[in-house]
Amino acid sequence: MSILIDENTRVVVQGITGSEGTFHTQKMQEYKTNVVAGVTPGKGGITHLGVPVYNTVEEAVKEQGANASAIFVPPFFAADAIMESADSGINTIVCITEGIPTFDMIKVKQFLLNKSCRLIGPNTPGIISPGKCKIGIMPGHIHTQGSVGIISRSGTLTYEAVQQVSLQGFGQSTAVGIGGDPIVGQKFIDLLKLFKQDDETEAVILIGEIGGSAEEEAAEYIKKDFPKPVVSFIAGQTAPPGRRMGHAGAIIAGGKGTAEEKMKALEEAGVLVAKSPAHIGDKVKQALKK
Amino acid sequence: MKIHEYQAKKILKEFGVKTPKGEVAETPEQAKEIAQKIGPKVVVKAQIHAGGRGKGGGVKLAGNPDEAEKTASEIIGMNLITHQTGPEGKRVNRVLVEEALDIERELYIGIVIDRALEAPVVMASSEGGVEIEKVASETPELIFKEYINPATGFLGFQARKLAFKLGLKGDTFKQAVKFFLALYKAFSVSDASLAEINPLLITKQGDVIALDAKMNFDDNALRRHPDILDMRDLDEEEPIEVEASKYDLNYIKLDGNVGCMVNGAGLAMATMDIIMHTGGMPANFLDVGGGVSEEAVKNAFKILVSDKDVKAALVNIFGGIVRCDMVANGIVNAAKELHVKIPMVVRLEGTNVEKGKKILEESELSFKAASSMKEAAELVVPLAKQ
Repeated sequence: MSILIDENTRVVVQGITGSEGTFHTQKMQEYKTNVVAGVTPGKGGITHLGVPVYNTVEEAVKEQGANASAIFVPPFFAADAIMESADSGINTIVCITEGIPTFDMIKVKQFLLNKSCRLIGPNTPGIISPGKCKIGIMPGHIHTQGSVGIISRSGTLTYEAVQQVSLQGFGQSTAVGIGGDPIVGQKFIDLLKLFKQDDETEAVILIGEIGGSAEEEAAEYIKKDFPKPVVSFIAGQTAPPGRRMGHAGAIIAGGKGTAEEKMKALEEAGVLVAKSPAHIGDKVKQALKK
Repeated sequence: MKIHEYQAKKILKEFGVKTPKGEVAETPEQAKEIAQKIGPKVVVKAQIHAGGRGKGGGVKLAGNPDEAEKTASEIIGMNLITHQTGPEGKRVNRVLVEEALDIERELYIGIVIDRALEAPVVMASSEGGVEIEKVASETPELIFKEYINPATGFLGFQARKLAFKLGLKGDTFKQAVKFFLALYKAFSVSDASLAEINPLLITKQGDVIALDAKMNFDDNALRRHPDILDMRDLDEEEPIEVEASKYDLNYIKLDGNVGCMVNGAGLAMATMDIIMHTGGMPANFLDVGGGVSEEAVKNAFKILVSDKDVKAALVNIFGGIVRCDMVANGIVNAAKELHVKIPMVVRLEGTNVEKGKKILEESELSFKAASSMKEAAELVVPLAKQ
């Protein structure tokens, strides 16, 4: 098993004819992801990378049975693309785009209320269930199939964690980037609930960073209702307050959202917190030995 | 992005928020002219991005135009130190000259985005003129909140609730409701991340006026507000950060001496952290982006070595899809071209990693190649101490 996506997932790429969309669709196809359609408004009817292109997501769902989408659309148009996917009945929406205005995301979240779809991102490397399906921009080859679930607010730092886990001899069930923005679709908690149900997943790595309170909320949930071992690393222990550290969501505001608070909350919930990013793999090994 | 008080007041005025009569002056003479127009009594306020200007001596009352000129001559050009500027202070380049008002009460109104609830929240308090964080921690019962449904916006009844809770009555109440709704409109239409009026003044005549005003904006939305983007004041930013922003690099200057160049924000923060855990301190945050183009690497080196505090540098690139040999060539070329002299430790990961390492080690430059983040940090920290 895995969460969110597997070998039966049928992907539509929004913005497939753009340069990013084209490049990463090819990489997804190389990983044997089942890309069944593309959408570029106005280019409906052509075939691109061997995939039929439609004007709307609705057509891609109707004609090709798409049930997941990957969004490679510029920031000011991405909110619209997410809502189009949600409105067309897509189950798993992965929005790679970085730089979507916060107000646009507030509207998106309002639009998604009472809908059963899950939005991953924006500003995410995507999701990968190794050996089955990859929707996103992460390097497929560093992943191996296995029993560790990963949830992360970061991109390259997730790759670092994946590699450490692999070096310890453990693979991944599914690795999900939830995105580096202040407002994202799925939070740590939402995915922990899925990993709880997934038989293949024996432990979860939670990679957080400064800003917001998603890690504290996750700690609260883990304490109450998450039986599997959890390992965590929080980036930004040396970040100064009031400064945005690259990610729009990585900011200590009004003294809130420090790495210290998050690490403390997670430790209190029984999570194995790696203080140094070099120890993520060791902690996973420690967690799975018990 | 942050803007000055006078700029925030200009925006707010356009949306119907009442502000004191006033104009900005860059010379004492201009300050005198403004005082002649709107005075005689005026307040002269230093315009810098940091708060706490009053306590630092950057806000002064002047009884007549001549006094306004004298006061302005003292404030313009001064190095203003507040709790938000740091010990080095900020140079004042202009002052806002405003009519002096009779104060009856000082209240607070502010709007931010609540990340946990994913909605804007309007906060009002009877305790104006002090930091809202202080009120929140000491007397949270004196802060009243209304969450905004983005589909409907800030509603009349919500504004009325806040005004009633602040104890306002009669015409003052009506003015306050109008003020609050206008403030929210300015906040939402301009994609702000913060709009704060502290203090919100109730005058002896019962008028509701924004005595101070602070607005910050969502960087991601600025390109759809060119008029606001024009308000960016580069004098308020670290020169080296301004330079980095020209190349679209995320760079933040820190206090240590180990320079960092990393691809991806999370990994960049983690690299800073591991330097600290190894006994060193990072000199900066620098994210060259996931793609790691040769151009970005070259520009990043320029920025990195222009910081004189940097004694050694750690380059940490998790290439992934990007080929390491290509990155290594980029690093070597950029370092050669820029005559980089500081010792450097490079950690590359991804496809063709061995080829990449070979390129680094065979170059005549003093690179050390590391196989992991841990090894890289352990190599670079002693180098920075030499």
